[in-house]
Amino acid sequence: MVNLIAYFYHQTSDLATMAQFNLSINGKQRQVDVDPNTPLLWVLRDHLNLLGTKYGCGVAMCGACTVHLNGIAMRSCTLPVSAVGNQEVTTIEGLSEKGDHPIQKAWLEIDVPQCGYCQAGQIMSAAALLKANPNPSDEEIESAMNGNICRCATYTRIKKAIKKAATY
Amino acid sequence: MKLFKTSIGRRSFMKTSVMAGGGFMLSFSWLASCISDPEKVLEMPKEWFELNGYLKIGDNGVITIISPNPEIGQNVKTSMPMIVADELDADWESVIVEQGPLNTDIFTRQLAGGSQSIRQGWQSLRMAGATARRMLREAAAKAWQVSVDEVTTEAGKLLHKGSGKSASYGEMASAASKITVPAEVELKSIEEFKIIGTPRKNVDGLGIITGKPLFGLDYTREGMLIAMIVHPPAFGKKLKSVDDSNARSLPGIKDIFTFKTYNEDYPRQWSDTSSFTELVAVVGNSTWEVMNAKKALKLEWEAFEEHTIIEESDVEEGTPITIQGGLESSDKHAELIAKYVAEPGRIARKDGDPEAAFKQATKVIERQYYTPFHPHNTLEPLNFFAHVTSEKAELVGPIQTPEYMEKTVSARLGLPLEKIDIQMTRAGGGFGRKLYGHFLVEAAVISQKMNAPVKLIYTREDDMTTGVYSPAFHALYRAALDENNNLIGFHVKAGGIPDSPLYANRFPAGAVENYLAESWSINTNISTGAFRAPRSNFIASAEQSFLDEVAEAAGKDPIDFRLELFERAKTNPVGDRNDYDAKRYAGVLELVKEKAKWTDSKPGVHRGVAAYYCHNSYVAQIVDLEMQNGKPVIQKVHCAADCGIVVNPLAATNLIEGGTVDGIGHAMYSSGMTFSEGKPDHNNFNTYRLIRHSEAPKAIDVYFVENDIDPTGLGEPPFPPVMGALANALYKATNKRFYNQPYLG
Repeated sequence: MVNLIAYFYHQTSDLATMAQFNLSINGKQRQVDVDPNTPLLWVLRDHLNLLGTKYGCGVAMCGACTVHLNGIAMRSCTLPVSAVGNQEVTTIEGLSEKGDHPIQKAWLEIDVPQCGYCQAGQIMSAAALLKANPNPSDEEIESAMNGNICRCATYTRIKKAIKKAATY
Repeated sequence: MKLFKTSIGRRSFMKTSVMAGGGFMLSFSWLASCISDPEKVLEMPKEWFELNGYLKIGDNGVITIISPNPEIGQNVKTSMPMIVADELDADWESVIVEQGPLNTDIFTRQLAGGSQSIRQGWQSLRMAGATARRMLREAAAKAWQVSVDEVTTEAGKLLHKGSGKSASYGEMASAASKITVPAEVELKSIEEFKIIGTPRKNVDGLGIITGKPLFGLDYTREGMLIAMIVHPPAFGKKLKSVDDSNARSLPGIKDIFTFKTYNEDYPRQWSDTSSFTELVAVVGNSTWEVMNAKKALKLEWEAFEEHTIIEESDVEEGTPITIQGGLESSDKHAELIAKYVAEPGRIARKDGDPEAAFKQATKVIERQYYTPFHPHNTLEPLNFFAHVTSEKAELVGPIQTPEYMEKTVSARLGLPLEKIDIQMTRAGGGFGRKLYGHFLVEAAVISQKMNAPVKLIYTREDDMTTGVYSPAFHALYRAALDENNNLIGFHVKAGGIPDSPLYANRFPAGAVENYLAESWSINTNISTGAFRAPRSNFIASAEQSFLDEVAEAAGKDPIDFRLELFERAKTNPVGDRNDYDAKRYAGVLELVKEKAKWTDSKPGVHRGVAAYYCHNSYVAQIVDLEMQNGKPVIQKVHCAADCGIVVNPLAATNLIEGGTVDGIGHAMYSSGMTFSEGKPDHNNFNTYRLIRHSEAPKAIDVYFVENDIDPTGLGEPPFPPVMGALANALYKATNKRFYNQPYLG
C-alpha cells in the first residue's frame, strides 16, 4: 500500500512545492519544511541529521533504509514524508538509549558486522520481527529478513544473533 | 627473541607530532574503544604522548592505536591494531582505535586490496608496538636506576622484579616519549603472543549497531552542497547536448554544468579507470532536490568514435591506449567468444608434449565454462566529500586506494601533493570497486567549480550502470587419461572481455607431465576492474568443476584424485615456476575431509568439494546440499583455511563465512551484467539478484590449519573455491553439470 502511494507521488514529483510537516521521530516532535514527495529517508538524513538510516537502492529492494512506523518495519526510501502523518517513526538512533536493545546486544555478542553498512536496517527489521514474534523459527526469520540484503553476506551470523536475542 | 632493525624512525615521530596538532581525527569519528563491556566507559587522559606514528599513550594509561589501512569490511581496523597492541604488551581493554589519515611518510601501503593489508603490514605493525614498548622499558630503567634488561612488561604495566617497583604505561609515557628511538628492537616469539590469535570484537561494533555516522555517505559539513552526476546511458556513447532549462529552475538547485574527470593529456594510473569522458554535474541543497533535477534534464547522447586515452607507462608522457567505438551487446560478445575459443590462443606455458599426450589418451574430456560481467554492488553506493579551495583540497570518504588517488587529484586540480588531504571513512563494502577512485576526483572537480564543500552521491542506478565491472570470462579445459586412468595431459585455454583469467603457473601446472596453457582477450569499451579475488573467482570455479568431472571419469574420489596430483607436485614437480605450495594445498583438503567426515554419506545430502590457492592463502570447502521441492538448500558448508597465523579468529571466521556465502550468491543467483546496444540491462536490485537470507547456507563450519607462518589475508581466498564446490554438489543432486554462471540463471 505504502509503496503504491510512493509510486503515485513519484509520478507527480515535478510539481514540487514546499510544505510543513510535524513528525514524531524517536519520541520527539520534529518539524520540517520540504517537498511533500520527499522520501522519509532523505528527510531523516538531509534535514534531521539522523544518518543511521542508510540509502542502498531507493526502490525498497535492499532494506538498508528500514525504520519502524508504529512499530512495524518499513522502507523509508519509498515512503513520502506526506504519508507519515502522526505515526510514530523510530530510527536506529531511537531503538534504545544506550545501544542495549536485545537485538543490538546480540549483534555485539555474535560480532555480526563486516562493513556494517546494512546492519542498521537489519537490526530494525529484526527488532520488529521479535516484537511481533518473540520466538521465531528459522523459516520465520528468513522470511521476515529476506528484504534486507547484506552484501558482505553475514546472513548466518544475523540469524544466530536473532536467535540469541530471543533468549534474553 | 630476535633483534630486528627498526623501521620506525625519529622522522616519522616528528611528523606525527606536528600532525597531531592539526586535528587528524575525522570530525565525526566515533571513538572505537576496545572495551568488551559496552556499559564501561574509558576515561580520557589529560595529556597524550606520541611514541611513534602508530600510537600515543595517555597519562592515565589509555592507548590510542592508529589503524593505517582503509576499512572496507575486512576488519583491518581491529586486526591491525591488535598486532601493534600485542608487541606493545598493552591491555586491549585500554585501547582506542583511530582510523589513520593518508600519510605515506609514516605508513606503508595504505591500500585495501589483494588481501594484503595484514600480510604486508605485519612487520611494520609489530615494529611499531615493539619500539614503543622498548622506549617505555628504557624510561622505566632510567627512572628506577636499573638495567633495562631487568624491566619487564605485562598488560600495560612495567615491572622490576628485583626492587618490586612497578608503573603503568601512562605514568612512564611522558619519559618514554623523550627516549631516542632504538636502532634495533626485539620482537616477540609466537608463543609470547597474548592478543594475536585471540578472538577480538569489531572495534566499530557499537558505532555500527547504534547508527553512528561512520560511512562516507554520512559525512556532513556546514554549508555542504549535494552533487550528483549524469553519465551516458550506454557504453560507447558520449554527451551531445544539454538542455537544463527545466532542471535549473527547480527548487534547491545551485548549478548544472558539464566537466571532464581527467584532462586529456593526463596519463591515467591503473586506479583511474572510468568509463566516460564528459559528465553532467547537478548541484543543489538536498539529495531529493538534486535527484529530481537530474530527472528533469533533457540530454542528448551520441555514439563516440574510436579514440585514444593516455595511460601511465615507463615514459613520462604516458602511452596512448585505443578505446574502440561501437555499442556492444551480450549476444555479439557470445559470438566473439566462440570465435576466439575456436582459434589458437597465446601460449603462456607448455610442459612436455601435450599434443602427443592427447593423441595417445584413452579418454579425453573437454568442457567449457563461462561467467558474465558483474557489478560490485557495494551496498554503500559510490560517494565522496570534497572541499577544494585555492589553498588545499580536503577529501573524505570511502576509498581503497588513497595513495594513488592523491596523485590523480593533485594533477587534476593543479595543487601540489602536500595540499591534498585524504581522510578515509569506513567503506560500506569495497570488493574492488572502491579501488577505482574516479568518484573522488569528480567530487573534487565539482567542489572546485562550486567553490564550496560538496558531497557527491551516486544513486544505485548510477553505481550499477557506470561500469568498472568484473570482466566476462570463458575457459575451455581438456584432460587426457591413459588406460590406467592417470592424468597424462592437461590443457586450459582461457580468455575474457577484456582480460584473460588464466594463471598459467597455478595448479594443476606442476602436477601433470604434459601441460598447455593458452590465453586470449577481446577488446571492449565497457570498463572493467578488479572484483573480489579478480580472475581467480572465475577460474577456480571452472577448474574445480572440471577436475571433479575428470576425477569421476577416472573413477576416483574427487579429494583422493586431487591429493594424488599434489603428491606428484610435492615429490616430483613438473617445471620450476609453480605458483603454490603443494603441501599446504593438500593440507586444507585433508583438514576439510577429516572435519566434514567426507567418507560418511547421509541420505539426501549431496556433497561437492573444491580447493583453491590465491592471494597467498589456501582454502578448501565442502558444500552439503539437499533438494527441497526441487530447489537446492545448502545445509552446511565446511571450510578449511591456511592463512598462516590467524590474527583474529573471530574476524577471520566472519570473513570466511561471508566470502563463502558471497561466492554461492554470485555463482548461483546473480545474473551478472548483460548489455543491449551498450546499455546495461540491469540498474537496481529489483532485477539484479543478490543472495538473500533464505538462500544462505543454514550453517558454516570454519577450521584453520595451525602453523607458524606469517599471516596472510582472507578477504578474497574463501570466495573462489566455494563456487566450484557448489557446482559439484549441484551435480550430485541433479545429475547435471553446471558450466555457466549463474548456475540457476
